[in-house]
Amino acid sequence: MGLETAFGHSYLTTRLDEAVNWARKYSFFNYPFVTACCGMEFMSTFASTYDISRFGAEYPRFSPRQADVLFVVGTVNEKLAPVLKRVYDQMCEPKWVVSFGVCATSGGFYDNYATVQGIDKIIPVDIYIPGCPPRPEAVLDGLIKLQQKVSKESVLDRKYR
Amino acid sequence: MNSYLLETIRTKFPDAVLETHAFRGDETAVIRKEALAGVASFLKAELGFDFLMDLTAADYLPRDPRFELVCHFYSSKHNYRLRLKCPVYSDDATVVSLTPLWAGANWFEREVYDMFGIKFEGHPDLRRILMYDGFEGHPLRKDYPLKKRQPRIPHRE
Ligand code: SF4
Repeated sequence: MGLETAFGHSYLTTRLDEAVNWARKYSFFNYPFVTACCGMEFMSTFASTYDISRFGAEYPRFSPRQADVLFVVGTVNEKLAPVLKRVYDQMCEPKWVVSFGVCATSGGFYDNYATVQGIDKIIPVDIYIPGCPPRPEAVLDGLIKLQQKVSKESVLDRKYR
Repeated sequence: MNSYLLETIRTKFPDAVLETHAFRGDETAVIRKEALAGVASFLKAELGFDFLMDLTAADYLPRDPRFELVCHFYSSKHNYRLRLKCPVYSDDATVVSLTPLWAGANWFEREVYDMFGIKFEGHPDLRRILMYDGFEGHPLRKDYPLKKRQPRIPHRE
């Protein structure tokens, strides 16, 4: 017997934004775009010790069409940039992007002929997680920040993007 | 220092060897690039070097010969290692391909071509291997601008 039985046959009212955002932020489907060493910390965050499923974001989808959050994990070079753009374009709204680690965020220490100086040169980014690589705690912190961001959105925001 | 390998090569190819040296047991022979094919096939046929571990290059820009081709060989039979270096002049940046001798040279040579623009005669398929179609220049050359990027799609902002 759960709490909900206390309400009997009554109903609750809420704002649509609140209800929708509440559902969205606790059920992120991730697309892991993993290109380099940061992937190790990404795996660690997903494994049982840090257990990202406590935050409702444990479900990776390997098709961008089924994903809500694009995790760009690792170095992105100029050769790969069109691929990243295409993956992003294939995702349906609502969609968010997390830049995982300094390489994805700014190119990191690779300032040379090959490396994109931050994935925001290619696609819009919602959350940046610093670190080389970020510790799992930092990743979870970034995820919580993304949830906070989502909870402040309006469902109408996404209509005209 | 008397090394069996270096002595053998020097005796067999007296005109080809420019210099030899060894550092803590790692032996190097600097040879003329024209002699590379002959020395390499001798290494493989007579000295048992069945494995080409690495083939790469270096750019010593103001110097001429500007490039140096570096090949590392290993003999799994005798547990020998040997390094061959060939100076390459920039106005004649062509070297014979080792792919007919060691198939593994194929991609190494494509990488050296891609990064340094050194051509390999007799290579079956000399194309870029790392950089994309439309990339201009050879990025590991010292005169390639350090931060010159060639985006494939327009950047935002
Ligand atoms: S930020 Fe550091 S750990 Fe992450 S991909 Fe770059 S170099 Fe690797």
